[in-house]
Amino acid sequence: MSQDDPCLDQLYRQHSRRVLATLIRLLGDFALAEEAMQEAFTAAVRQWPDEGIPDNPPAWLIRTGHRRGIDQIRRRQTAQHNAHLLAHANEAFPDPGEQTFEDDQLRLLFTCCHPALPLEARVALTLREMCGLTTEQVASALLQKPATLAQRIVRAKKKIRMAGIPYDIPEAGELPERLPGVLRVIYLVFNEGYSRSEGEQVVDVSLAAEAIRLANELARLLPDGEVFGLLALMLLHHSRRDARQDKAGELITLEDQDRSLWDQTHIGTGLQWLEAALARTPTGPYTLQASIAAVHAKAVIAGDTDWARIVRLYGALYQQQPTPVVALNRAVAVAMRDTPAAGLMLLDELASHKVFAGYHRFHAARADLYRRAGNNDEARRCYQQALALVSQGPERRFLERQLRALDVSG
Amino acid sequence: MKYVALVYYQESIINAMTEQAWHDLNQECIAGVERLTDQGNYVAGQALHPVESATTVRVRDEEVLISDGPFAETKEQLAGFYLLEARDLNEALQLASRIPPARFGTIEVRPVRELPPKD
Repeated sequence: MSQDDPCLDQLYRQHSRRVLATLIRLLGDFALAEEAMQEAFTAAVRQWPDEGIPDNPPAWLIRTGHRRGIDQIRRRQTAQHNAHLLAHANEAFPDPGEQTFEDDQLRLLFTCCHPALPLEARVALTLREMCGLTTEQVASALLQKPATLAQRIVRAKKKIRMAGIPYDIPEAGELPERLPGVLRVIYLVFNEGYSRSEGEQVVDVSLAAEAIRLANELARLLPDGEVFGLLALMLLHHSRRDARQDKAGELITLEDQDRSLWDQTHIGTGLQWLEAALARTPTGPYTLQASIAAVHAKAVIAGDTDWARIVRLYGALYQQQPTPVVALNRAVAVAMRDTPAAGLMLLDELASHKVFAGYHRFHAARADLYRRAGNNDEARRCYQQALALVSQGPERRFLERQLRALDVSG
Repeated sequence: MKYVALVYYQESIINAMTEQAWHDLNQECIAGVERLTDQGNYVAGQALHPVESATTVRVRDEEVLISDGPFAETKEQLAGFYLLEARDLNEALQLASRIPPARFGTIEVRPVRELPPKD
């Protein structure tokens, strides 16, 4: 067995995340735990060819890593500060069972997603510690400079230490407060991957797949309606990945997508998770969004879409999340259910709110409805307003195409 | 771990309160301190007079500069502080969330820095 041995590679992929999570708990420090884990794997490479693979590889790795970590603590003479860690150093504690691994994974996730950390740091930390991406991979995936991202992670770990953010699963009473934050981070990770065309990524890391994997883990460890709902939402969105961009990377709207390219396996799994989510009460925002995605997923052709249901779902979502985006989406759904004029009336009401003035999607939606209503002059005006607000990229090119198409049709 | 909870709110909110509401708020805070003390979380704390009573001191080039008012004009003003003993940040945040002015103001929670031993 060597460093490049596929067997070691597989063992690393299989066990490294849970070994890390447990070592962080035992050693009380991210950097120390990572070092200790690396040393444990190095020791495994050296010793296992002769001694054979132990019955419980992760337990062996944790014991070895723990010993190395404790040695480091002693050597650094921070013994007084870490007395509580050293007190247990010589205890022969039982091999960690599944429950311990799962608890430690949750601890790590909740710590990485702690609301006391800046949001960008939570995303970076989660990708680094939970998903095992290197700093370079995370930087590349988030389109940030590696040095900037590394600094962000260093500052986050410093805050965890200085402010005393505990390595803990929140108490049952606190979970309702803390779980949405974790889901939000996972969804952010998903959207980072979802909005970007795969071709633009230098390093081949699928953030969308990582987010789905994280949510799957979380669903197993913490069965909760909104966790299931988020998982359903992401799977349903992900099912359309091959249909939403053409070969040149240009946007194709939901209406125009080739539905035969939708991944039916993902849709099937997504709908199953949605069912599980709906079985639990109350129904939360992610579950509602997943329900909306499901209506689209079940329509074989765009014309089959049950827009009346979508309008009702957006109404329910607005009750829980009265945001401009939801209001806008509901107005568009009303237009699809009834007439463009009906949607335009709702948009006119929204227009009086300042927040929509600077929101390019508002103007784009308005333009689209004017276009459908046959009012090209107003459509043109609104497309131009949208273009004044949107930056370079697929969305801008899409709006430019729509505007040009108006000029062609008169 | 020790944490300071700095209590900020817009004084205009207090000024708009009725006498009874202000009295009730103070009673809530007193009861809160009792609870924190019983739980072993309360180390120290004080409510403060409004910012109009503040005076600022700076020493520059050995000159003592005194001016009227708080160190900066802010949307929310410092109204008081608590020095708390808590297991970790999560506990500190839970305690801070129960400080009555948290409902309409902002509580900043900051860990205490122990100074190194005297040389």
